[in-house]
Amino acid sequence: MKYADRVVTAFTACAMIWAVLGMMAGVYVAAELVWPTIDFGQPAFSFGRLRTLHTTLVLFGFGVSALIGTAFYSVQRTSHVRLFAPGLAWFVFYAWQVTIVLGGASILAGWNAGKEYAELEWPFDIAIAVAWVAFAVVFFGTIARRKMQAIYISNWFYGALIIVVAMLHIVNSLALPATIGKSYSLFAGAQDAIVQWWYGHNAVGFLLTGGFLGMLYYFLPKQAEQPIWSYRLSIVAFWAFVYTYIWAGPHHLHYHSVPEWVQSLGMAMSLILLAPSWATMVNGIMTVSAASKKLRSDPALKFIVLSLAFYGLATFEGPMLAIKSVNVFSHFTEWTIGHVHSGALGWNALITFGTFYFLVPRLAGAPLHSARLANVHFWLALAGVMLYVLAMWGAGVSQGVLWLSLDQLGEVRFSFNDVMAAMKPYYALRFIAGLLFLSGALLMTYNLARTFAGHRTVEVAPPAGHRAGAPA
Amino acid sequence: MNFLSLHRKIERHTGLLIFGILIVSSIGGLVQVLPIVLDDSHSAPASGVAPYPALALEGRDIYIRESCSTCHTQQVRPLLAEVKRYGPYSRAGEFAYDRPFLWGSKRTGPDLARVGGKYSDAWHRLHLTDPRAVVPASIMPGYPWLAEREADRGRTIQARMRTLQRLGHPYSDADIAAAPAALEGRSELDAVTAYLQSLGRSMQGEPEP
Repeated sequence: MKYADRVVTAFTACAMIWAVLGMMAGVYVAAELVWPTIDFGQPAFSFGRLRTLHTTLVLFGFGVSALIGTAFYSVQRTSHVRLFAPGLAWFVFYAWQVTIVLGGASILAGWNAGKEYAELEWPFDIAIAVAWVAFAVVFFGTIARRKMQAIYISNWFYGALIIVVAMLHIVNSLALPATIGKSYSLFAGAQDAIVQWWYGHNAVGFLLTGGFLGMLYYFLPKQAEQPIWSYRLSIVAFWAFVYTYIWAGPHHLHYHSVPEWVQSLGMAMSLILLAPSWATMVNGIMTVSAASKKLRSDPALKFIVLSLAFYGLATFEGPMLAIKSVNVFSHFTEWTIGHVHSGALGWNALITFGTFYFLVPRLAGAPLHSARLANVHFWLALAGVMLYVLAMWGAGVSQGVLWLSLDQLGEVRFSFNDVMAAMKPYYALRFIAGLLFLSGALLMTYNLARTFAGHRTVEVAPPAGHRAGAPA
Repeated sequence: MNFLSLHRKIERHTGLLIFGILIVSSIGGLVQVLPIVLDDSHSAPASGVAPYPALALEGRDIYIRESCSTCHTQQVRPLLAEVKRYGPYSRAGEFAYDRPFLWGSKRTGPDLARVGGKYSDAWHRLHLTDPRAVVPASIMPGYPWLAEREADRGRTIQARMRTLQRLGHPYSDADIAAAPAALEGRSELDAVTAYLQSLGRSMQGEPEP
């Protein structure tokens, strides 16, 4: 019985396609903020629809495809068994990709549930739930049949991703359909807002943080050829993360019409969240520090280490932005967008890139087509994300200060339009930053495609000679 | 040491691990979210707040279709500068009939919670069709297709109102019966304009439009 890796290759390829398409949509909406008429009066190119397509494709197309693919790859190797029900794994693949294709098309056609990062309408919500349950069966089925005694750390994080995202998705999507493409939320007003940000923040928590930490815990030690620095720290950080993250959602609703106690509790828990977040970062950095020599030559490892730095930055910035007196300035501004992208580009995209540079040569059984191109990609990605974050910091801090600025008579000092007009240079810089990041992703797609060209997925067998019950 | 031996049990048992994650991740939601979801006083309508009339509801659903809330918030925070700029701060009771809520998370354009009555219908029609005709520096997209499309092209307004009625919005059967006639001959532009003009009116002490 060999590892079922062809489905991993399929998820990896689709993740790259969605990365490129999703980032293209992102660059295009960034351009629309500089040149607002380039939608040419076409509904499908209009900012609102295209931005929703952008977030859907990068989050659920790129992010989730990368997570499911790497989960299927690593769960087999940490369990020393072939995937449980490989046919069902292929069902997960097709169901997910078809959902993203049709769901993306439905957004361009104007189907929209109106909740951020959960815009897909109810038929797609059901499809997502079905695919997700199948994902859970394959994943936990594989773990249940493992040959090792202990369940490895990466699988705790992937497991938390599966369980918690299922819970969030199902509750937040509860709605009564009116037509095939239109439903109304079961919750109204302030109650809907509380449910939405419980979902929205923890989709960030358990998908963009937890899921990708699963990727980190498997692929970082593999690439560094070092064991995880502290097993004990992993345990504490994992459970503290699972417990604490779920409380932090209401920091999205500071000074909104929701109860004060919920806001304060959300802020307190957001600050506490810094501890488990950084515990994991320390664990990762200490692991890689034992392999500093390899860091100089291995582009894949460079991506992962840089992603850890951005992980540390974003998980520090998040709690700071959750402090009410900081949030007064940052809320509703471009700072939020900068924060999201330092996480999404700097952490999620970079760790995925590093992982794929490691993974694809192994799947193809051939060396990476060009290490030089991968190094160019590294610098393009770093330049892109830095420029993006700096531009949005500039824009966001300006907005925050100028909007709240009062003159000596206590009247607002700047009209909204003046502040908006002042954003133009920042928006132009952000567009350039997006182009840099996208061009790196295109280079990578080419590099990986050339690496795989003419090859089939190499199928390897689990290590033989297992003593029953032998520890990992 | 004890916690390590406890953890040894969890990490060797798939079911225990699943159960543990489920329990530990649920606590926050049970303490913080569930009490608010179960207490409907958080979305009890404030005085003067009524369900959206058919034309405004159609406009609201178009507002959702075009993802307007990506760039426009509908939430005035209780801060001096915001109250000066936009009007009275938002109260939970104003959103009783908002499914979903449209508070947004980003102000690329201005807040709209109090925009009703601030501009004329004619201004909105011009602005929605070609924003730069009235606000030269605007970066808002134009929506020229709104004027060209008739409202409720799919003839679903009654199905939508009945769904909301089932969710507890106090539409009468007569309201629902009269809805198609209220949309007859109106464009999507009329609908969005009616929706925008209805926003925040309950706090202005003005009669509903």
